[in-house]
Amino acid sequence: MPYITVNENLPGIRSLMAFRPETAAPLGQLAEILLHDENNTLTRAERELIATFVSYLNGCYYCHHSHGALAACYLDGDTELVDAVRKDYANAEISDKLKALLQIAGKVQQSGKAVRPEDIDHAREQGATDREIHDTVLIAAAFSLFNRYVDGLGTVAPTDLASYPIRARQVAELGYGPHIYATPQPVTP
Amino acid sequence: MAYIDLQNDLPGIRGPMVYRPETGKPLNELAEILLHDENNTLSRGERELIGAYVSSENDCFFCQNVHGAMAQYYFGWDMPILDALKKDYRSAPISEKLVALLQIAGKVQQSGKSVRPEDIDNARKQGATDREIHDTVLIAAAFCMFNRYVDGLGTWAPEDRQVYINRAKMRAEEGYANVNLHK
Repeated sequence: MPYITVNENLPGIRSLMAFRPETAAPLGQLAEILLHDENNTLTRAERELIATFVSYLNGCYYCHHSHGALAACYLDGDTELVDAVRKDYANAEISDKLKALLQIAGKVQQSGKAVRPEDIDHAREQGATDREIHDTVLIAAAFSLFNRYVDGLGTVAPTDLASYPIRARQVAELGYGPHIYATPQPVTP
Repeated sequence: MAYIDLQNDLPGIRGPMVYRPETGKPLNELAEILLHDENNTLSRGERELIGAYVSSENDCFFCQNVHGAMAQYYFGWDMPILDALKKDYRSAPISEKLVALLQIAGKVQQSGKSVRPEDIDNARKQGATDREIHDTVLIAAAFCMFNRYVDGLGTWAPEDRQVYINRAKMRAEEGYANVNLHK
């Protein structure tokens, strides 16, 4: 049961966005630019993996499953790779650059002050640009917001894990606009 | 010196906001609605105080001074009152409702999962509405983002706390959206 009265047909952050559309608008725009905008040298899959990893560290069931399903959607359904990034990214089959960015994201999840110049230097050595480092820090910081928003108000997450990949395809196609809080979680056949 | 070349020498969050205006815009619009919009039963001072408190708990020097100065401006406080509140808000000259909301904000700062039904019930008993509880959680969560953005990129902050006090009146008048970040 959510701590405040929200639309029971909407799960997670979507119920909160519908409760307060005024704040939903900039939150949706932020997610759209960070995760879905194509004008980025990090792929959508890489950005969703950063979001999944931070959400997993924060123990946010709804966010890490939702964004994990999006990452898998962009990775042709490779859920094993997504799971490997969640649990042990250093040994996952991803680029050294993405490993270095996940290292930064993991520090940001703890605290902004946990990020050290060595973490940044290491990412640069693996080919990360300033803009990619910026976006990694802001994605990790944004999910420090989203995860707290979702769990801090006790929202409900769909327990049918088969519904997440269906939903992920909708978000991959439509992005993070107002449909996010206007359409319910799909029902699995 | 920030960890990346921000191509400007602005302090705190203004540096990366100018560096990446595409994300700076929704960040400022979020701050405007949460902290400055008058269509809210929480006063601007109360909302800024929640932001300042969470920033203090996250040890973000820039954010706690910017938003602490805003809270001081709205409440008409001097710096010692604010500094005492950051250490012990239960003894501060604020309402029981705001004490209960700061308790929720402090839990959110640790983790979303730290918030317990008892924290919400306590806030309700002190008169907090659903919308006020929602905004408290989102303000606290938003500052967990802002603080990490500011410190995770190693931005610089003016050391003289009076600098922040001097800017508070301008920020109170202009708000956060569509402002000249270079000023």
